[in-house]
Amino acid sequence: MLFYTVKRLGMALLVAFTVSFLTFALLYVAGDPATAILGPNATDVDIAYIRKHYGFDQPLLVQFIQWLGRIVQGDLGYSYFFQVPVSDILLQRLPITIQLGLLAFSLALLIALPLGIAAAARPNSLVDRLALFLSVAGQAIPSFWMGLMMIVIFSVNLGLLPSSGNDSWRHFILPTVVLGYYATPAIMRLTRSSMLEVLSSDYVRTAKSKGLSRTTVLYKHALRNAVIPVVSLAAAQLGFMLAGSVVIESVFSLQGAGMLAWQSISRGDLPTVQAIVLLFSIAYVALTLLADLFNAWLDPQVRMAQ
Amino acid sequence: MTDTTDFRTIPELPAPSPSEVLRQRIFQHRGLMIGGGILAVIVLGALFAPVLAPYDPYLQDLANRTVPPVWMDGGSWAHVLGTDQLGRDYLTRLLYGARISLLIGLATAAISGVIGISLGLIAGYFGGRVDNVIMFLITTRLAMPVILVALAVVALIGSSLTTVILVLGFLLWERFALVIRASTMRLRTLEYVDAAKAQGAGSVWILIRELIPNLANSIIVVATLEMAHAIILEAALSFLGLGIQPPLPSWGLMVSEGRELLLFVPWLITIPGVFLFLLVLSINLVGDGLRDVTAPDGKN
Repeated sequence: MLFYTVKRLGMALLVAFTVSFLTFALLYVAGDPATAILGPNATDVDIAYIRKHYGFDQPLLVQFIQWLGRIVQGDLGYSYFFQVPVSDILLQRLPITIQLGLLAFSLALLIALPLGIAAAARPNSLVDRLALFLSVAGQAIPSFWMGLMMIVIFSVNLGLLPSSGNDSWRHFILPTVVLGYYATPAIMRLTRSSMLEVLSSDYVRTAKSKGLSRTTVLYKHALRNAVIPVVSLAAAQLGFMLAGSVVIESVFSLQGAGMLAWQSISRGDLPTVQAIVLLFSIAYVALTLLADLFNAWLDPQVRMAQ
Repeated sequence: MTDTTDFRTIPELPAPSPSEVLRQRIFQHRGLMIGGGILAVIVLGALFAPVLAPYDPYLQDLANRTVPPVWMDGGSWAHVLGTDQLGRDYLTRLLYGARISLLIGLATAAISGVIGISLGLIAGYFGGRVDNVIMFLITTRLAMPVILVALAVVALIGSSLTTVILVLGFLLWERFALVIRASTMRLRTLEYVDAAKAQGAGSVWILIRELIPNLANSIIVVATLEMAHAIILEAALSFLGLGIQPPLPSWGLMVSEGRELLLFVPWLITIPGVFLFLLVLSINLVGDGLRDVTAPDGKN
């Protein structure tokens, strides 16, 4: 277990390092960052000043190491737009995104797991067909459009829920449903197929032939092993949901980090964009790392495979 | 117990040829037929847009703004799906918009396919350290939030149809790589690959002439899924104002333009959204269906 943990941790750190380099490189995607900040009408003197001020005159590698050094110390840079440290703004915005992400994730699990298990328990039954239909249709609905349709139905026509903002828990209902629905089909399909595979294995047949009840076999014997691949996928989906918040928060005007990312991209506020890209990527790396370690702890086959 | 059947007397039926079996499976697969039907209608609409469309997609008619579709009060057959806030015929814009969505889907799948298939083949065939490096690339790519990176890069380079295609093409290759890698690992141990090696075939020859033809099924299935993925992402980018730019009739952009009139003319966002849904649904149904009918165990 220790060997596996060290190896997996090393991989995660390497990925995080590479991702931070790519995030840093965003600065140079559009060419010279000093000109990008000042706009096309800047004078040479201004450009030279900005270049020196932000350290753009240093060699790239030096710039990257300095940037990374500051990030590791918690200094995420200085927002061009707000003229305050990026970390100050993120401290206000991140809780909203994390709250939305966790709510949506819980909703997705609450729908996907029971439906996936029920579908696998009775393949080709009505429940199975319904689950399949929902997942195929669900994957085809663009989330921004579903959000707008929910606003039309629940806010405009029925007047039940607020359409935008984040003042109360009621503002989180529609965004949670839309973001949660987006992650449900994948988790449900994997739960179903993983459960079906386990149900056809020898040890489950033995458990059945011993005369154990259907419920005991399903929940005490099969589910434990079936859940292993689902843990990895669910962790990855939670990571993807953070990125999905960019679209959902923009639809519902939730003032979270996703909305901030979109606004900062439109405003050309690159330090803020870089900080959010980096945070979301690191969150994904950390989540998948935790899921793998959890699986290795659950399943000796995973940790001994290497 | 006596078995009275004399096997010698049963006339031998001619075995159906593989293409007959495939054709039979295709026509019996309901999802594939429904998906294929919807997709065919949309593709034909896109191809023949100049012939089918009753108006010019950019022609503004400010006297006829937000005319409702024909089935609503005040609608008329002059504008079957109504007009938008600038008086442009909605059906015409939808037909031309289908061209953009299909182009984005095909071009993105082509670019990401070339990248992902090459990486997957190399990783799966050579294994070992090469495989480790490519798996590292895939893991790194997965850690980057696609929509956010696409938005940022498109905004930095300047949004246009070409930029959107290039950025999505360079972002969506990881599923190709993963699937092709796994299939290649399975194929490379088979005897026919050994036979090719014994004949003195080089690695490149084996990869291109022996492996790719056998991976065609997986490639087509992943390609359909990535097409659908790219179409949804383009719509989202355009919806957020950083994808296709006006006056082009991208379906995502049409939803975005209708958004300000959400309270008064909701069908401006309903109609392009329904078409997006149908297009992505039909592509996914075709992809799932092709996977079923080409599966060796013949899942129906």
